[in-house]
Amino acid sequence: MVTPNTELAYNTKIEGDIVVTRADAVINWLRSNSVWPMPMGLACCAIELMAGASSRFDIARFGSEVFRFSPRQADCMIVAGTVTYKMAPHLRRIYDQMAEPKWVIAMGACASSGGMYRSYATLQGVDKIVPVDVYISGCPPRPEALLDALIKLQEKMTRTGGTTKRLLTA
Amino acid sequence: MSASAPAAAASETDLLALLQGAFPAAATRPTGDHPAFKLPVADVPAALKLLRDQQGFDFLTDVTAVDWDVEASPRFSVVWHLHSTTHHGYVRIVADCLSDTEPSAPSVVGLWAGANWHERETFDLMGIRFTDHPDLRRILMWDGYPFHPLRKDFPLAGIETPLPDVEVSEITGATVKPAPMMGGPFVASTGEMNLTEAEPRAKDESWNERSEKPAAL
Repeated sequence: MVTPNTELAYNTKIEGDIVVTRADAVINWLRSNSVWPMPMGLACCAIELMAGASSRFDIARFGSEVFRFSPRQADCMIVAGTVTYKMAPHLRRIYDQMAEPKWVIAMGACASSGGMYRSYATLQGVDKIVPVDVYISGCPPRPEALLDALIKLQEKMTRTGGTTKRLLTA
Repeated sequence: MSASAPAAAASETDLLALLQGAFPAAATRPTGDHPAFKLPVADVPAALKLLRDQQGFDFLTDVTAVDWDVEASPRFSVVWHLHSTTHHGYVRIVADCLSDTEPSAPSVVGLWAGANWHERETFDLMGIRFTDHPDLRRILMWDGYPFHPLRKDFPLAGIETPLPDVEVSEITGATVKPAPMMGGPFVASTGEMNLTEAEPRAKDESWNERSEKPAAL
């Protein structure tokens, strides 16, 4: 006698430990939960960045505790502070040395727009020289704002389409 | 500094007498705080050495310069501030640069090694050339920057120039651009108890990106 299968859901006892999903979703999920930041600490925002990495705020909760001081090992440059014109080319070169895929967070008013430094010496926003994914307001922003930006960046990463295609054609 | 350094700071009159003994052109200068003297620029190193060795002014606090005006002549004055770590007195020496277009002053790196960076900064921002300086390069702006930003004829917003790195300039298309000055300089308010009000902001909101700056300003 044939008994009809009444199981509607996935049953690991029958089908084994298999989860079906899309490669894009998995890769984006992996990437977004292990963002290794490149701390580009240039001014007081870097202090809040460090506070974000310490125990009270604990950026490790979002998988980003591995701050890498080598651009070769980092995914996300966090520009924390005032970018002077003298520093700008160095910042761009460090960004160029980061491996793809890579992201940039402009942390605080100075990195986003030059902030209060409307002067001959200050780059009026780091987006003039590198593509920025998330801007954080504040002077300086609190660590929670940085964590919020990181979560927004993770959301952006998981929304990204064509990840697998890009990997295969690269 | 010599062992004969006085225990107390000499009065302005005594210092003037001492300086005039060695440099007849020395004169007092109006001052709001400490004794200040004006000297011919060539006499300055010898005068500073005299003050250091005989009057106990053993610490060079600052070397800076003044740009009086684009039209003024003499246009530039160099200022030296001395302090004594024994009797805690201060003295200020000021000398006009002979040239208004190529201002220069003698270096005092031989007297205080710490003058090195002060003179580099004064050269970088004011364009004063210090003769006999061992390494007169820019210290804040990058090598090859064509202007001296603290001169009166240099706008606060800056002047368009290429980035320090030509390659990055080509890749990004970015240049050093005049900063947006809408609403005037962006400054904090001091003495403001409400920190939100004290935040840096433009003081004159009557003009911005959309409405032109009045010609009268």
